[in-house]
Amino acid sequence: MIEVKNISKSFGDTQILFNVDATFTEGQVNLIIGASGSGKSVLTKCIVGLHEVDEGGAVLYDGRDFTAMDRKERIEIRKEIGMLFQGSALFDSLTVEENVIFPLKMFTDMSVEEMRERANFCLNRVDIINKNELLPAECSGGMQKRIAIARAIAMNPKYLFCDEPNSGLDPKTSILIDNLIKEITYEYNMTTVVITHDMNSVMEIGDHVIFINQGRKWWEGDNKGIIRTDNNEVVEFVYASSFMKNLREKLISG
Amino acid sequence: MNLFEHIGRYFVMLKAVFSRPEKGKVFRKMFFSEVDSIVINSIPLVAFLSIFMGGVISLQTAANMGSPLLPEYTIGYITRSSTILEFSPTIISLILAGKIGSNIASEVGTMRVTEQIDALEIMGVNSIGYLMFPKILATTLFLPFVVVISMALCLFGGWIAGIQSGLYSTETYMIGIKAFWYEDQFYLYYALCKTMIFGFLITSIPGYFGYYTKGGSLEVGRSSTSAVVASSVAILVANYILTQLILV
Repeated sequence: MIEVKNISKSFGDTQILFNVDATFTEGQVNLIIGASGSGKSVLTKCIVGLHEVDEGGAVLYDGRDFTAMDRKERIEIRKEIGMLFQGSALFDSLTVEENVIFPLKMFTDMSVEEMRERANFCLNRVDIINKNELLPAECSGGMQKRIAIARAIAMNPKYLFCDEPNSGLDPKTSILIDNLIKEITYEYNMTTVVITHDMNSVMEIGDHVIFINQGRKWWEGDNKGIIRTDNNEVVEFVYASSFMKNLREKLISG
Repeated sequence: MNLFEHIGRYFVMLKAVFSRPEKGKVFRKMFFSEVDSIVINSIPLVAFLSIFMGGVISLQTAANMGSPLLPEYTIGYITRSSTILEFSPTIISLILAGKIGSNIASEVGTMRVTEQIDALEIMGVNSIGYLMFPKILATTLFLPFVVVISMALCLFGGWIAGIQSGLYSTETYMIGIKAFWYEDQFYLYYALCKTMIFGFLITSIPGYFGYYTKGGSLEVGRSSTSAVVASSVAILVANYILTQLILV
């Protein structure tokens, strides 16, 4: 479980986040949603420690105060974190297999055979088969996301973060990635946090949803609750597309 | 950011560079890979430049020897002295600051803007140490070898120029090369010492600019340019300070 307590974040004179509180429980997919520029990515980077939070805020990983830790202690927590970045962030100079092996090579004493076996297991889990020797640039966007998921789960993480996993993907591949994240979360009982502004993802995998608007937590609930809420900002975000508007009209008219 | 903030952040970065690597085996592998990609790959360019520069130094000295009181071996002597004191350590380092510096700044900068450095940090890897320590160590330790090769090829170039132009004989050139060597051999140690410092500067400064790149491809290009300019300036300033400290 990850607890976020009273997080604020400023860059110079510009405040991005305002006193955000949230709890992300294990074994479910937690979604942080909001419009572009609302502060979702900054919030996530604060949670994983890529940005330092302003004074008074705290992030607790299963009760362990991450914000109060020094670098060495944070490294121990980070070994329990897997992250899927918006642009996949695969290492260009390494092959698919080497990318997945990388965290194992850095932090375990596995033999080469054991590492390759684990990498193949993770790659098979995300349906990447016989592509071990390709470079990331030779893979499609969807494949790169799946390889990044394989790398993220290679160390059996307790916490998985996904920053806009569907950005730049076609609807079919998006659904595949969403389902993969959902399956992996349930399978390994991970605490998964997904940042997205894709309503399809919200409806597909949103066990727990937090809506961020102008750097503040505006709404919290699940994917069923979000289509029934009358919170103006949430309604404006959820029903921005004509498809969703029609759906809402149908829902209202019964 | 002003200059002092850059300098402060550079030294903070250096502290992280020299922290203990996560895994010795991975570090060793990266170290030898950097020796190959940074040092060995630079040898052809250095060799080409050195042969021609050696030739030019000798020819210009020969062409300007107006006084009959100056012995002909002065050509070889001046070629050796200019090569050891300045051309090989300083000019070759300046040229490599362009080649290696832009390469490191753009490589690390691209890793920054494509979130690869964030990915390393999330995994718990000390990204600064992982990316920079092997490069800095490889260049600091092995650049002097490249400079020794450059010195030898420069003298070779001077000899070839003499044969080709007929301005001086092999014998007098060789006398010049060996002249006053007992008194001057300290210059070689001075040159190698300063090369090590230049090697450190031409990797750490571009690494700094690359690591703190913000934005996209345009900013990567800017970082690359700034890295080359800053490391060239640093080499020239360090050269002056070291000369003052060691030679004067």
